[in-house]
Amino acid sequence: MTTQEIEFGLDSPAYVSVDESGQPLNGDVVIRNTIEEAVFADAVGIDSFNISEHYRPDFMDSAGHVMLAAIAGRTERIRLGTAVTVLSTQDPVRVYTEFATLDAVSNGRAQLIVGRGSLTESFPLFGFDLADYETLFEEKLDLLTRLLRDQPVTWSGTVRSPLTDQYVSPPLPEGHLPTWVGVGGSPQSVIRAARYGLPLMLAVIGGPPSRFAPYVDLYKRALNEYGHPPLPVGMHSHGYVARTDEEAVDIQWPYWAEMLEASSRERGWARPTRKKFQDEIAGGSLYVGSPETVATKLAAAIRLLGLSRFDLAYALGRVPHEQRMATIELYGREVIPRVRELLQDPPVQPIPSDQRSAGKDAGSHV
Amino acid sequence: MFSGETGDRRLGIVGAGKVGTTIARAAIAAGYDVAMSGSGTAERIALTVDVLAPGARAVSTDEVVRHADLIVLAVPTHRFRELPRDLFAGKILIDAMNYWEPIDGVDEELATAPAGTSVVVQDRFPSARVVKSLNQLGYHEFEEGRRPRGVPGRIAIAAAGDDRAAVAAVIQLIDRLGFDAVDAGPLAAGLALEPDGSVFGLSSSADELSNLLWPEASSA
Repeated sequence: MTTQEIEFGLDSPAYVSVDESGQPLNGDVVIRNTIEEAVFADAVGIDSFNISEHYRPDFMDSAGHVMLAAIAGRTERIRLGTAVTVLSTQDPVRVYTEFATLDAVSNGRAQLIVGRGSLTESFPLFGFDLADYETLFEEKLDLLTRLLRDQPVTWSGTVRSPLTDQYVSPPLPEGHLPTWVGVGGSPQSVIRAARYGLPLMLAVIGGPPSRFAPYVDLYKRALNEYGHPPLPVGMHSHGYVARTDEEAVDIQWPYWAEMLEASSRERGWARPTRKKFQDEIAGGSLYVGSPETVATKLAAAIRLLGLSRFDLAYALGRVPHEQRMATIELYGREVIPRVRELLQDPPVQPIPSDQRSAGKDAGSHV
Repeated sequence: MFSGETGDRRLGIVGAGKVGTTIARAAIAAGYDVAMSGSGTAERIALTVDVLAPGARAVSTDEVVRHADLIVLAVPTHRFRELPRDLFAGKILIDAMNYWEPIDGVDEELATAPAGTSVVVQDRFPSARVVKSLNQLGYHEFEEGRRPRGVPGRIAIAAAGDDRAAVAAVIQLIDRLGFDAVDAGPLAAGLALEPDGSVFGLSSSADELSNLLWPEASSA
């Protein structure tokens, strides 16, 4: 087992970026730009491209599966995933059909992360009550895992119509469409992922990664208690890579501040300051800096938490497309190889990423 | 550090999520005997408590109430009404909850409460002695902000309540957990401690916090 087994991906929300004069781009342009970014990511050796799911005028990721299919048609290697699929307000049967089809179209490269996401517009939009979140997520995760693991499915619950001996097409080859559970820090969510025997994806967007070490411990112990084999743990965090630390900070800061300023007004958080930005870079979970700075910080987090996967949510906010491409290039060509190098000495032993699900028999895979 | 009576250092926590487990860790470190519960059986939270609040006991909610006179309410805000009205009779109930519409959904009563959400909680549990506290810092800041008394720059946490003896007990808890304590006044004054209130999310000293709560009273 080598550090080559660790997967390094990118996350994109297809956020509406600006052109050179600071004017927001049209949404369709943003969508095509995002596809270009993914195709470029494939060219520079990045392992996956993962699109989120929002329903707001500043995000163009409402139908990520369509974008992923377009990317599939122009690439042969990069994995194509979500980060995250807001399962509570989706129909698990549709999620299955869309992504099993994407898997076939891409010759086996589809993957999912299901979770809450941080914004909740999908609830009123699709007629759901946030107070039902737990029930919606639990039942839909139950149905989705049945569809993934063991068809035909007989299922009933309170959140959608029942299924009786139902086949849903296309059939998935064994081990395809690995499905991770995205977790923000709720112990209950960590335990749920373990109960279902699904790999864990930590959203680490504030504070030092060490804060999450107890959650990794909880996950491992819960897996053991439920009789599952060890499963991979991944992390996603925000960042921006440039030639130097100063350049990275100078490029990312105004867009970070702009985004947090809007959120702080909307959600009652403390207003963003440059000091808070610097503090988060220095000791938290913003991977902003030169390739060496970012690689060093990332290797430390991977080592500390025993990660098998890291996805960089690159270029937060309205960062222009050209600068997004520049950071993708540095991440793929310099950061990732450097992280692998740093993890050789001493060597780390990540959970093999093909051991992505406890499967229907919950036995060991290898 | 310990008083003569063990009853003085017993804490109950209803809720074993991020907030409940964070408060439990701080209380264990401060020498408290902590019992905590979740929404189901004790078994359901046993592993969580073992890993995230080692030293605390995972029990039923009824057992939490029997265990201590001082109880922290740290359940998801949209679920507190599931608890029976007389559950916390005679207990000091620290309302550590925050109402967030993106998490809790639309709740007209909480969203429009003129004197803050803790007054709604007090109405729900009329025989409890509700004190609003432990909600104003993010759980990360709470975890990392704990300091022994007398350390310069120690962060302050406020407590608001109509029952003055209950507020005094909570102030003692805050101090032992590692923060300076500021008496914010009656329960309705807790409005300032809520997510859209003037002091929410700020890491301030006791003086700074007092000035924010009573700007007219600050000296020149």
